[in-house]
Amino acid sequence: MNQQRRSFLRNTFTGSLVAVSVASGLLTPSRVLAAWPKAAFDSSSVKDAMVGLLGSDQYEKSAAISLRTPDIAENGTVVPVTVKTKLPGVETISVFALENARPLCISADLSAKSRAVLATRIKLGKTSKVVTVVKANGKLYGASKTVKVTLGGCGG
Amino acid sequence: MAKKKLKVRASAKKGYAVIKAILFHPMETGLRKSKETGEVIPAHYIQEVSIKHNDEQVMMVNMGIAVSKNPYLSVEIAGAAKGDTISIGWLDNLGEEASTEVKIR
Repeated sequence: MNQQRRSFLRNTFTGSLVAVSVASGLLTPSRVLAAWPKAAFDSSSVKDAMVGLLGSDQYEKSAAISLRTPDIAENGTVVPVTVKTKLPGVETISVFALENARPLCISADLSAKSRAVLATRIKLGKTSKVVTVVKANGKLYGASKTVKVTLGGCGG
Repeated sequence: MAKKKLKVRASAKKGYAVIKAILFHPMETGLRKSKETGEVIPAHYIQEVSIKHNDEQVMMVNMGIAVSKNPYLSVEIAGAAKGDTISIGWLDNLGEEASTEVKIR
């Protein structure tokens, strides 16, 4: 069988499928380019989540990252988290809660125009170490902090 | 009118703009059980939030189930000035989406 012809046919077919779905509004172009990292978010182990999202679970502790969380969270369903960093060339900022059933909380892909600041609120099942990993110029840097939770937020 | 799905405020600072958004969403984890029936409540949560400045995508935030109900998000965009348009849209795991546009004040 003509292998080239096969792959040519296959490519045209899938190519037109994507074009059709884009045209019909099923997929927006941004979604085709940056798919939601399902495996990393569904993973129940911290290591798998980090490797799945960032390619490695080894990061360098950096004092240039500020991770602001409360020391004691009375309500684990709403824990404010603020990450700021002065590192140059930040590509992604992600936050992990090590004791959660699904450790990966949030991950932001930044462009050159966004400043390296991310503030949100997360749920913590119980007292947990919160780790933020920042990817800057292809390298991973991190900072962590333990948040004591007096009332759990994840299922319980 | 349908219930408001997101609320955004953008304010200009020196050389950048601060965007603050509240996305109204239940953020069900899929791990929780209903108190009355004991059945697992199916997962329903926002997965992607895109932030655009004058139609240029500047940020893509991926969320998991561990983000709180009615997520709050605050980010800063460099080079954005008063009068520019910021649009924010979210998409959840059931394919629902919502978006809004605001002018930087």
